[in-house]
Amino acid sequence: MNRAEKTTAAGALREILTGFATSGRQAAALLFCLCLAAPIFTTPAFAVEPDEVLDDPALESRARDLSAEIRCLVCQNESIDSSNAPLARDLRIIVRERLVDGDSDQEILDYLVARYGDFVLLRPPMKPETYFLWFGPVVLLLLGTLAVGAYFVNQKRRADNDTPVPLSAEEKQRLAALLEDPPEQESPQQEPGNPDPQKLAGGPSESPKT
Amino acid sequence: MGRKLIFFLPVLVFLILGGYFFWGLDPERNPADIPSVMIDKEVPVFDLARLDGSGVVGFNNEDLKQGTVTLVNAFASWCLPCLAEHPILTELAKRNGIRLYGINYKDKPEDAARWLREHGNPYARIGADNSGRVSIDWGVYGVPETYIVDGEGRIRYRHIGPLDQAATDEIILPLINELKQ
Repeated sequence: MNRAEKTTAAGALREILTGFATSGRQAAALLFCLCLAAPIFTTPAFAVEPDEVLDDPALESRARDLSAEIRCLVCQNESIDSSNAPLARDLRIIVRERLVDGDSDQEILDYLVARYGDFVLLRPPMKPETYFLWFGPVVLLLLGTLAVGAYFVNQKRRADNDTPVPLSAEEKQRLAALLEDPPEQESPQQEPGNPDPQKLAGGPSESPKT
Repeated sequence: MGRKLIFFLPVLVFLILGGYFFWGLDPERNPADIPSVMIDKEVPVFDLARLDGSGVVGFNNEDLKQGTVTLVNAFASWCLPCLAEHPILTELAKRNGIRLYGINYKDKPEDAARWLREHGNPYARIGADNSGRVSIDWGVYGVPETYIVDGEGRIRYRHIGPLDQAATDEIILPLINELKQ
């Protein structure tokens, strides 16, 4: 994009913004929101340089897919497709050369694994050493589910076991006695000169409601 | 018994997680230290031409199978850590009499030659890997890297980054002495 295009694009954007917003302040706010939302509409930047791109679009697309699976050894958390490291570029070119030579995707990955180990693959392969990695989370989830399930089953069993035992004759008698004669000091005695301030104020509990 | 075990479960989980965190936070651990898959394998087939202006010849994989332990060092004149390890390599070659070969990684021959003139050339042979392809076959992913190759041409050890005195004294020299016997 050259400079003139950029300015016209900026002008168009300003026109659109002022169309939506009546004041400059609103336009600024709108622009700010658009800036915040911008990452949603972007795609990751790719490091593939024009001179690397293959003429055959099918092969190039395979190369792109394959490169996205290959770790850049220098940056380590980037694929060679998105890394600008010189080694990533070399590996991208090797991938493309081998594709042109008719290698299968697997042959290319094997070639790289032979030199850099499984580490070069962003998607770890399924093999005994990686079972823990692949199945660990599922196993942990199952164990957790089992533990939670066991807890609730246990709760329920205990609740079932705790069905109340009927009162004995002696206990019934005591309960009846308690219900008949209220204890003498059920409520604290009020001092005559010091009435309950709540009662005077007429708390909400005492306001009659019909 | 089963009921009591359940109280130890959180402790167990904590210990396992804590163990991993402890390992992860260990300042001695270098996350960039990717284990080489080339260990105990034969060096790749290659033939590197000499580096112009270095005054020494190049080498190929057959040269590493002549019964002598060789230290193979990937270096470049543009690589600052290479300069940092240069005195240690020089000492290994001169004082300890270790056979040291160099792979000059993606360098301009005139720059490399000037660098060697300026700082001294400890390498008995230097191969110019202008494209970096041979280094990729070795599994090099950055310079400097140093490989110990036994007399049969098998890679026995790889050191990533500049050699320091500790790594030299504790790993490189003992392993070379062991391989020499």
